Amino acid sequence: MMFLKAFGRYWYDFIIGDDWKIAAAVLSALLALFIIEKNNLITGWWLSIAGAILIMSFFSISLIIDVRSKSR
Amino acid sequence: MGITNWGLFIAVFVACFVEAVEATTIVMAMGFTRGWKSALLGTGAALGVLSVITAFAGLALTRWLPESLLQLIIGGLLLIFGLQWLRKAILRSAGLKSQHNEEEVYREEVAAAKHKGKLTSGIDSFAFGVSFKGVLLEGMEVVFIVITFGLTAKNIPLSAISAVIGVFAVLVIAFLIREPLSMIPENLLKYGVGLLLTSFGTFWVVEGMGYFQSGQGSLSWPGDNLSVLGLLAAWFLLSQLYILLLKRLPLTASQELRNDVS
Repeated sequence: MMFLKAFGRYWYDFIIGDDWKIAAAVLSALLALFIIEKNNLITGWWLSIAGAILIMSFFSISLIIDVRSKSR
Repeated sequence: MGITNWGLFIAVFVACFVEAVEATTIVMAMGFTRGWKSALLGTGAALGVLSVITAFAGLALTRWLPESLLQLIIGGLLLIFGLQWLRKAILRSAGLKSQHNEEEVYREEVAAAKHKGKLTSGIDSFAFGVSFKGVLLEGMEVVFIVITFGLTAKNIPLSAISAVIGVFAVLVIAFLIREPLSMIPENLLKYGVGLLLTSFGTFWVVEGMGYFQSGQGSLSWPGDNLSVLGLLAAWFLLSQLYILLLKRLPLTASQELRNDVS
């Protein structure tokens, strides 16, 4: 049990790191892109551009939340 | 060598160089204070474990997953990894997080090594254990970067060669100067690696979203691989913008942040 806990902890630290908001930002951006893709709101390579903009936007939000919550 | 291969070579080389600096600092601290035999044995054992993991993970990933799903999973992990590095680099450049200092790490390791009782013969389990753990943990990041870049750029040999050159370069420098590698501009390199991992991660994860389309083919980018350069420029400009904005934080707020940000 201890080994499993340590194993899980290691992979959590390795992938999620010390700021879970980054992983949450990436997942949110991909989810938003998935919805756009499934509903054919944008097609062709505009979809890729939209994906990049979404990732940058969600990263910006996570950084702003990080800085604001700590400087309050 | 095309844009993807050049990007692959530079990203893997710099990432491995930075990780090797961190691992070498730990091994040097053990070698100089506890003895080289156990420190090098620990390093060798960790490198052996890493080789097995690399071979197994690389083989398993290429056999089990379709290309677009591979791009999605690996690109996603690479992106999370890159954004973590980029976030820290932005906070460091804005003065909101302390700079990584190899000399300080070296001093801490030496102090811990001296605190332990010294062995006169046989294997020193402390030096072996610390070297093994240090090389394994830093090496796991190298393995991850080598596999992800190698698989998605479809060039594992080039990825492995740039990793070996990166690690070898650090070992040569360490052998020549024989002291902590604090003169290497590690924080600047980490910023560069963060930008590269993030740009390639964005490129591949978005391509991989094609997995959810009817043919499961990858999504296309305007200009194909050349758009990585556009992504690199965009991430650079965005990070510079945040560095500028964060530098303008009121003094009291930035002082609190400096204490809080890990």
